[in-house]
Amino acid sequence: MAKILVVTSGKGGVGKTTTTAALGAALAQAGQSVAVVDFDVGLRNLDLVMGAERRVVYDLINVVNGDAKLNQALIRDKRLENLSLLPASQTRDKDALTDEGVARVMNELREKFDWVICDSPAGIERGATLAMRHADLAVVVTNPEVSSVRDSDRIIGLLDSKTLKAERGETMEKHLILTRYDAARADRGDMLKIDDVLEILSIPLLAIIPESMEVLRASNVGCPVTLNNPLCAPSRAYIDAVRRLKGDTVPMAVPSDKKSLLNKLFTRRAA
Amino acid sequence: MTASSAPTPATPARPPIRFRGRSFMALVLAPVPPVADWLEELDALARRSPAFFVGRPVILEVSGAGLDRESLRALVAALSDRAVTVMGIEGAGPGLLGDGLPPPLAGGRPVEEVAAPEAEAPEGRMSVAPAPAPARSLILDAPVRSGQTVLHLEGDITVMGSVASGAEVIAGGSLHVYGALRGRAIAGAAGNPEARITCRKFEPELIAIDGLYRTADDLGPVQRGLPAQVRLDGDAIKVAALD
Repeated sequence: MAKILVVTSGKGGVGKTTTTAALGAALAQAGQSVAVVDFDVGLRNLDLVMGAERRVVYDLINVVNGDAKLNQALIRDKRLENLSLLPASQTRDKDALTDEGVARVMNELREKFDWVICDSPAGIERGATLAMRHADLAVVVTNPEVSSVRDSDRIIGLLDSKTLKAERGETMEKHLILTRYDAARADRGDMLKIDDVLEILSIPLLAIIPESMEVLRASNVGCPVTLNNPLCAPSRAYIDAVRRLKGDTVPMAVPSDKKSLLNKLFTRRAA
Repeated sequence: MTASSAPTPATPARPPIRFRGRSFMALVLAPVPPVADWLEELDALARRSPAFFVGRPVILEVSGAGLDRESLRALVAALSDRAVTVMGIEGAGPGLLGDGLPPPLAGGRPVEEVAAPEAEAPEGRMSVAPAPAPARSLILDAPVRSGQTVLHLEGDITVMGSVASGAEVIAGGSLHVYGALRGRAIAGAAGNPEARITCRKFEPELIAIDGLYRTADDLGPVQRGLPAQVRLDGDAIKVAALD
């Protein structure tokens, strides 16, 4: 029986899809069987970040509507055989998702995998609420910035009221991943500090992902960052997050990429 | 130290605009088709107890009745002939209302059914089912998240956590926030000028007591980020330190 994890944020562009791909790949690298599911029907991106955009035949909507079997729609990753992707449809919109259809697909996925990671669309509408509906735990992705933090607070409220778990009277397990964190800018006061974000959201911290070119570089080549360069700072933060999700105790730190002396000498290049 | 926004004695004081919440118990009538038969049953009820509708606000619930504009107009007229004044219409589709028809209403919360008068009930006496005694205060163990509204007009609200930016807490009595108050805090909403707002960290977007309100901009930097209590002094909102 799988654990269903939803990656959500409220605000767009904070790193949900990157986080979904990175956590999915890191869990698969740790030997778990994982399915990542793109709920962003109409604006699908997860297939690009996973590098599977040229292999999509059937999608989530086809499976929800019963036009295709789950096995026909699941795309197995070429690099990690225990990582699969269920892509979203680009030609439809979120209204095409039915409650019963999504429930059936989630139950089927639960039977097949150890982890099911749902990449939520931005917003608080149907797509986002359906993505979180069946989740056992949630990862809330937030940038250290006021509008992102307030939107995340709104999403936490929905996680505690609109999910099946909440409706059964159980508490939803929630974790925070703070992305695009830049220690130097936080110190200068250009960015919210970690403690401020934690105080406002009051949910446990799962990881701090430092701002890094490596994330963009990995997206551009269509590879989860934890797979593309497992040793870079954001990958190490995601790998620690996965160990914490699996129950290990890992001390919290903000990983950084050590610059070599030459690098330090030549950081001020001419623009 | 207190924030005073009372006008100087030289300028004539203009009473500030106040917004108050009131709740009323309204009877909801939901006609079932065919409407002619339903009106007959209503007449039978009115014969048993002629004063049942006198002075009572009545809301018409038409979502299940399948009425068009003309039949709705006829129904409202028929009710008016029976001295039933319709205050608002709930559940009407778009384009059904307007033009002299009662205004649309939404968001009513269902309460217990009102007992219909029995034949032997003494005339003119209303037999409204007694509402259960409401709890005087509401205690919330979880933080109030952005986008949530907590409404408790019967008494105080105590929040053990924080009230987030974009959240709204409305109490008939006082408001006690043991975390940070970053959202909207409305106390004394049932018309209580004695109500107070207290919090451990004062960073609200808006505060109001008994209909008198101040936005964060009006309040300025007074007690911002510090423990504070807010009360009403005449027509002025006073913010003071909590120690």
